[in-house]
Amino acid sequence: MEYILKNGIVYDPTNKVAGEKKDVMFKDAKIVEDVSSDAKVIDVTDKIVMPAGVDPHAHVAGPKLVVGRLYRPEDSRRGVTAKTKYIRGEAGFSIPSCPTTGYRYSRLGYGTVVEAAMPPLEAKHTHEEISITPNIDIPALPLFGNNWFCMEYAKENNLEDMAAYVSAMLKITKGYGIKIVNPCGSEAWGWGMNVHGVNDKAPYFDVTSKELIIALAKVNEMLGLPHSIHIHPNDLGHPGNVPTTLETLDAVKNIKKSSKATIRDQVVHCTHLQFHSYTGNSWKDAASGAEEVAKYVNSHDHMTCDVGQVTLDETTTMTADAPMEYDLFKISGLKWANKDIECETAAGIIPCIYSGSAPVSTLQWAIGLELFLHIDNPWQVCLTTDHPNAGPFIRYPRIMSWLMSSKRRMEMIDNGEVHKWAHKRTTLATLDREYDFNDIAIISRAAPAKIHGFADRGALTPGYRADIAVYDINPNEIDPSVQYEEIEKGFSNALYTIKDGQFVVKDKEVVMNKESQNIWVNVKGYEREEEKVINDIMPFFTQYYSVKWENYPVHDHYVSNPIVVDVER
Amino acid sequence: MTYEPPITDYDHIVENCTCAFCGCNCDDLDYLVKDGHVVAVRHACRLGASKIMEDMDQRLLVPMIRDEDGELKEVDWDTALDTAAEYIANSIRPVFYGWSETSTECMKEGVELGEYIGAVLDNQATICHGPSLQAVQNAGYPIQTLGEVQNRADMCVYSGSNAMNSHPRHMARYAVFCRGYFRQRGRFDRTVVTMDPKFSDTAKMSDKWIGFEQNGDYGFYNAIRAVLKGKELYQDVISGIPKEDIYELAEEMKNAEFGVLFFGLGLTHTLGKQRNIDIAIKMVQDLNKFSKWGLTPMRGHFNVNGFNIFMAFHTGFAFGVDFCRGYARYMMGETNTIDLLVRKEPDCFMVIAADPGAHFPNGANQHLADIPVIQIDIHWGPSTELADVVLPGSFIAVECGGTSYRMDGVPIWMKKAIDKPETCRDDEWIVRELKERVMKLREEPNVLDAYEVNPNIL
Repeated sequence: MEYILKNGIVYDPTNKVAGEKKDVMFKDAKIVEDVSSDAKVIDVTDKIVMPAGVDPHAHVAGPKLVVGRLYRPEDSRRGVTAKTKYIRGEAGFSIPSCPTTGYRYSRLGYGTVVEAAMPPLEAKHTHEEISITPNIDIPALPLFGNNWFCMEYAKENNLEDMAAYVSAMLKITKGYGIKIVNPCGSEAWGWGMNVHGVNDKAPYFDVTSKELIIALAKVNEMLGLPHSIHIHPNDLGHPGNVPTTLETLDAVKNIKKSSKATIRDQVVHCTHLQFHSYTGNSWKDAASGAEEVAKYVNSHDHMTCDVGQVTLDETTTMTADAPMEYDLFKISGLKWANKDIECETAAGIIPCIYSGSAPVSTLQWAIGLELFLHIDNPWQVCLTTDHPNAGPFIRYPRIMSWLMSSKRRMEMIDNGEVHKWAHKRTTLATLDREYDFNDIAIISRAAPAKIHGFADRGALTPGYRADIAVYDINPNEIDPSVQYEEIEKGFSNALYTIKDGQFVVKDKEVVMNKESQNIWVNVKGYEREEEKVINDIMPFFTQYYSVKWENYPVHDHYVSNPIVVDVER
Repeated sequence: MTYEPPITDYDHIVENCTCAFCGCNCDDLDYLVKDGHVVAVRHACRLGASKIMEDMDQRLLVPMIRDEDGELKEVDWDTALDTAAEYIANSIRPVFYGWSETSTECMKEGVELGEYIGAVLDNQATICHGPSLQAVQNAGYPIQTLGEVQNRADMCVYSGSNAMNSHPRHMARYAVFCRGYFRQRGRFDRTVVTMDPKFSDTAKMSDKWIGFEQNGDYGFYNAIRAVLKGKELYQDVISGIPKEDIYELAEEMKNAEFGVLFFGLGLTHTLGKQRNIDIAIKMVQDLNKFSKWGLTPMRGHFNVNGFNIFMAFHTGFAFGVDFCRGYARYMMGETNTIDLLVRKEPDCFMVIAADPGAHFPNGANQHLADIPVIQIDIHWGPSTELADVVLPGSFIAVECGGTSYRMDGVPIWMKKAIDKPETCRDDEWIVRELKERVMKLREEPNVLDAYEVNPNIL
């Protein structure tokens, strides 16, 4: 089937199209340069046309999500809607059920979401959830930052075996890249401890977080994975963590990017940077370190980041940084959940109420916006809320409206919607930069796709997947600075969302349950090394894992319809 | 126990099979197969082995329908499925109960059927660990995988759980006797405490038995929490335990490097119910200020946790999910099977891989006798006597593959080892057939024409 989206105003930053009136054509599942006269014409005159959104970091499927849903029925009761002719009933706000997650991303005009943390032992669970989340493609990043084998390899500086192990694990878990969360810290949590800073060693393993990060970054480039290492540094959420953040990023600055990774520029992606940009010694004297961190980003092109913008909602925090979640429990006393995974990782979960009237929440909110506004190159920064940690993903349009309107930000500060710490402890009130629609298109689709090395989405290039979003906003008439409410409304519900050439949203209504696809990286050429490494670890695995090796991998049964990205040696 | 010579007469071995009995889901079993039957099982406990080997004992082999005289009569599959589908399609308040002894693949068909027709889906949690789930919703859920216990734990506490009888390999394979990476001497490196009014077989294996009095659970844990917070105990004896013992135990728990609390129905079903678990969870949370502690509910059926997990990611709620209004609803005491049955609400009941006839209270079973009951199971049981349609399923993890979730949430693919009896069908197939037949018989009720945003997320 052929279609022409006619007379839309197109923002396609990858192809340097910034607000031009032109037609976008697609045939079946692909974008094409030209179509025949039989093509169906869809009139989108003066409406925004963009590639479908790409979320570079969200928690949407997996064991810790389900713990959240199990123990927070109060959250599931928010956002309940009945089934329609096309879609299943919805439930949930910060931790929506799987079908709900898919539908809501479709309404935002998104087509791809990266699940940011997959414990290898429970990877089957993550894939079970991915398979029933409709309308979006979901690659998942397995966790390596506290993996016992990786810590041993890093200690011995045995990069060859580590590379083979990582390559094997990507196949075993059907994973997309290397995720590192609080390296060595979550292992220390096995004994109720944490590490502080990059030079602190994990108990027993005698390896520092810095050594582990460098080893994994080198391995990532040895294998030539499409994405770089994806890191959540130590000391998340602790006042005074700026030095740790900068040391983490600086540790890998001299590592050379693999020539096989042609799409991305960076060797490290630092996720939810907002949580890592605090100065001070305690929450009493905490302040924003955003300017310092942004200065580092502006002067270094080996790194990219996403923000993890606080949206001032009641949400559910969940991360593999389990000791941090226990710290939150000690502060808030809300119901605390934890999930340690043998030999691999840990996870913690706790509800969190970010409120504009609270000083700390406001500080976090302001730091996120400061990062967006201080970082000069939008290709280095992505729009996330670290869903659901800083807020649910359905708030992305609201964040866009804040970024596009200095007036709105000042209004919030002036009329007391946020605490006075916003102007007392941050530079937010002094920043009048406003994002334009092209910047928004970069941070919400083009940059995330480039950072993750996707060669088939995030742009309207002929041959790419026909993943397209059309928003009912006329960029020539709207003044985002003043009409921020219209901006939020317009981006909240796409007029059309097209996934693989199929209309999943039509006239602002989700009309389809399209089967989602998992994207995983298949590294070729390490078969012999992988076999050796698996033989090496087998005695350990048999003795100290609670499942048999045969039952460890994700069988094909769980990924019925994958997109496999082959990486040649 | 008499000596049984090892089985030598078999055709082949199927290795690394998963046990479909308790929540331990041991995945290291070897089945010895002869003539298409499992004649011996290696590595399994007696409970698991007997379930797997005696698979033909009182086996339901053919579909049956209850006739006018009240007798179950053999029919062909089409007739049985059509009759069952008619019962479901013509009902206004169907309940689909069970699911804990089948795969998540089968549940997927079940939830689709339930959402379509507007049924209530519920599992055995409603009569076993339901209070634990309520407590988790009140207080939190600090858990860990069983391998974490094996490798790190130096203190294991069993409360209201007689693991030696109910989960025989739990202590051996995962928690107490096994060698762990940081516990190389296995049992000798660990302190085992049993908290139970009864001097159970688990208590016999323990270093310490805390025999608090019946229904004394809450008071006892409350006292430990008070001690952990540095408070003084004013009573000399609390819940039947001298206060000196409580001080000593609290000190020991604080000094453990990695402690785990396993709790069973002894805690969930005594006087305080979910409050007992509440306070146990809070005690574990308090203990984390001193060292590392976690807990794990000792789930009974092999996939009872699986249903809760499955429903949570499909609908947002763990069990007792009511679709009658076209969206998922969950309210303890309202949308749970027993409450519905004693209120005589359901007009059709499908039981899959469960035995309400044996386990439900009398009042609930009385209503079951009055309404159409569809049973999908592999063995005859009291529920068969209540059933109007009997659909013989197949034995997951032996005769057909499927996914289950262990008590600690680790998913396991349970593979197929032998063929099922020719006249039986897989649970997944049966439920899919019912779904398709019901869809033909009745148009979907309660469907909105267009999506309406719920204002509470704006």
